Amino acid sequence: MEVLADSIALLSRWDVVLALLVGSVGGVIIGAIPGVGPAVAIAILLPATFSMEPIVGLTVLLGIYGSSMYGGSIPAILINTPGTAVNALTTYEGFPMTQRGEGRRALSLAYSASFFGGVFSVICLILLAPVLAGIAPMFGSREIFLAALLGLILVIVVHRGQMLIAAVLVGFGIFINTIGLEPVKYSKRYTFDQSWLAGGIDLIVVVLGLFALSQAFILLSGPDEKHTINKSKGSLLQGFRELLKHPRIAAISGSFGVLMGMIPGVGEFTAQFMSYSTAQRLSKNRDQFGKGSPEGLIASETANNAVPGAAMIPLLALGIPGEALTAMMLSVFYVHNVVPGPRLFQSQMDFVVALYLALLILNVLVLIFLLFSTNWLVRLTRIPNRFLGACVLTLSFVGVYSLRNSATDCAIAAVFGMLGYVLKRLNLPIVPIILGMVLGGIMEVKLRSSMNRVRDPLDFIDRPISFILFVIIVGVLLAQVPRLLRHRKSQ
Amino acid sequence: MSANNEPTTKTASAGQNIFALIALVLTLVLLSQIAGQTRWTGGAKLFAEPRFWPAVGLISMTVFLALHVWQLERRIPASMDWKEARSWLRPLEFVAWFMAYVWLVPVIGYLLATFLFVPLLCWRSGYRSRGAMAASALFAVLTVVIFKTLLQVKIPGAMIYEALPEPLRSFFIVNL
Repeated sequence: MEVLADSIALLSRWDVVLALLVGSVGGVIIGAIPGVGPAVAIAILLPATFSMEPIVGLTVLLGIYGSSMYGGSIPAILINTPGTAVNALTTYEGFPMTQRGEGRRALSLAYSASFFGGVFSVICLILLAPVLAGIAPMFGSREIFLAALLGLILVIVVHRGQMLIAAVLVGFGIFINTIGLEPVKYSKRYTFDQSWLAGGIDLIVVVLGLFALSQAFILLSGPDEKHTINKSKGSLLQGFRELLKHPRIAAISGSFGVLMGMIPGVGEFTAQFMSYSTAQRLSKNRDQFGKGSPEGLIASETANNAVPGAAMIPLLALGIPGEALTAMMLSVFYVHNVVPGPRLFQSQMDFVVALYLALLILNVLVLIFLLFSTNWLVRLTRIPNRFLGACVLTLSFVGVYSLRNSATDCAIAAVFGMLGYVLKRLNLPIVPIILGMVLGGIMEVKLRSSMNRVRDPLDFIDRPISFILFVIIVGVLLAQVPRLLRHRKSQ
Repeated sequence: MSANNEPTTKTASAGQNIFALIALVLTLVLLSQIAGQTRWTGGAKLFAEPRFWPAVGLISMTVFLALHVWQLERRIPASMDWKEARSWLRPLEFVAWFMAYVWLVPVIGYLLATFLFVPLLCWRSGYRSRGAMAASALFAVLTVVIFKTLLQVKIPGAMIYEALPEPLRSFFIVNL
């Protein structure tokens, strides 16, 4: 009770309230503009949040993360273009509904399903918090190393059809993280005697290059797209009544979102796909999927909005980010010398609960904002691509240059921007590079500290959590064998 | 979308071989430099050696890249691959714009540089109407006000601000 009171006191500060408003409204607007997305916005805003207190900075970023998917459903449904990458499945059901003149019904369903997913995940988190507080201290160096390793393996295996290249990019992330001074013996690694490489390559510079600059280049060098928006009738509140008719699909999809969000390296795409295909299996109107099925829309939007809250679990409890957005948030902690991990749950539970409550309030704020602003937000989809590219390029400058006022950082970001541009053109994933960098760094430190107490290789897995993680890693790897055999056979 | 399909991602095939081959060559060059660019202390455990993690990154890149190249549909680049590879150079123009902007900010100031950069880039992108110019100028001013004046992000004052009289100079350095 005392923790709850402290958390509410923390949240009622004017700067936190303002951060919540800016994050939630800003996230919806960013999500509604196709071609920007939360990763670009968070990358740009990240250095600006360094001067804020952790709770304020994280609330802004969490607001953008949690609310962008609400906004992303608008262009997905109305113009068949997902506002954020994770709204892709929404286009399968939302756009056919718009073509039938049911655009407002689809939007209403997406909002209500997103709201349910967001609130469902926060409730799960609040219920799980005491359990996490009990389990988190059982994670020592070797457990965190194994959890990070599991995250890297999962980020590779979830890229079906691109596993080899995902593994290459993870390796690249691990490598670029090692450039500069090595953390214990301070010997130089791959600096080629260049002083600008001695400090290493900053994660934020890489993130801004790969996400923001590459997106600016894509937008600037591509053509403008013209969208026509079909008119539709109906109330934006009707979706809540309709959602109540599909409680099973909503609950299952929310559970998938929470579960997949908690596992490092997995995230929204897998959650969305699993809930969508489960909804299809359970539905009496299976043939309607892909043609404007409300159940498919509910499954997709509930699952992707349940992920952000759950993705905070490995970050807060273990200090392990599960995907690119939480990897960026990790740097906010580090800048303020707040070390996420087991101790955070013991010493700063009010901070953790405040973040959960912020997520809960955020969902309410976003819903209210959407009910009044949808007509206006629809117009954002008309912003021309190249104009948007010029804006993203200008904002990327703030993100990179304000870090250290270094033109070299800007040049490095531009190089990563070019790399990101090529990867996006080839439809290759970017997230493995970021996770390779972050988790590779964690693995290096944790393996070194854990090996001091390990005499025999089996000592490494002689504790319950480390043993369970080891079994999961072996299980995940073995599960790939039949898949690879099937793939070879089909070739 | 079928429920039985796994969520696979289709990789664009044109240019894939050139990308993989360039990446493989660069990785091998970096790997060949490992002895000179990292230290092997000899006294520490394998995992604690400064060379261990760069080796993990580079060796995994080499192995998986080699496997990736081996299973490509076309290993020898065709004309469509070269065409795609040429398109990778398209953003170089915008890299030049970006670096010019980076160079200009400490000289003429964040406000003036942004006020020039955004409308000029919009002009270059084909948006030449009065409305587009006004929108780009408004965006430039808003960016500076939000980030520098309100959020106080670290962007240094410009060289030309030195020529301003004292009270005005401080205001410009802090806010614009």
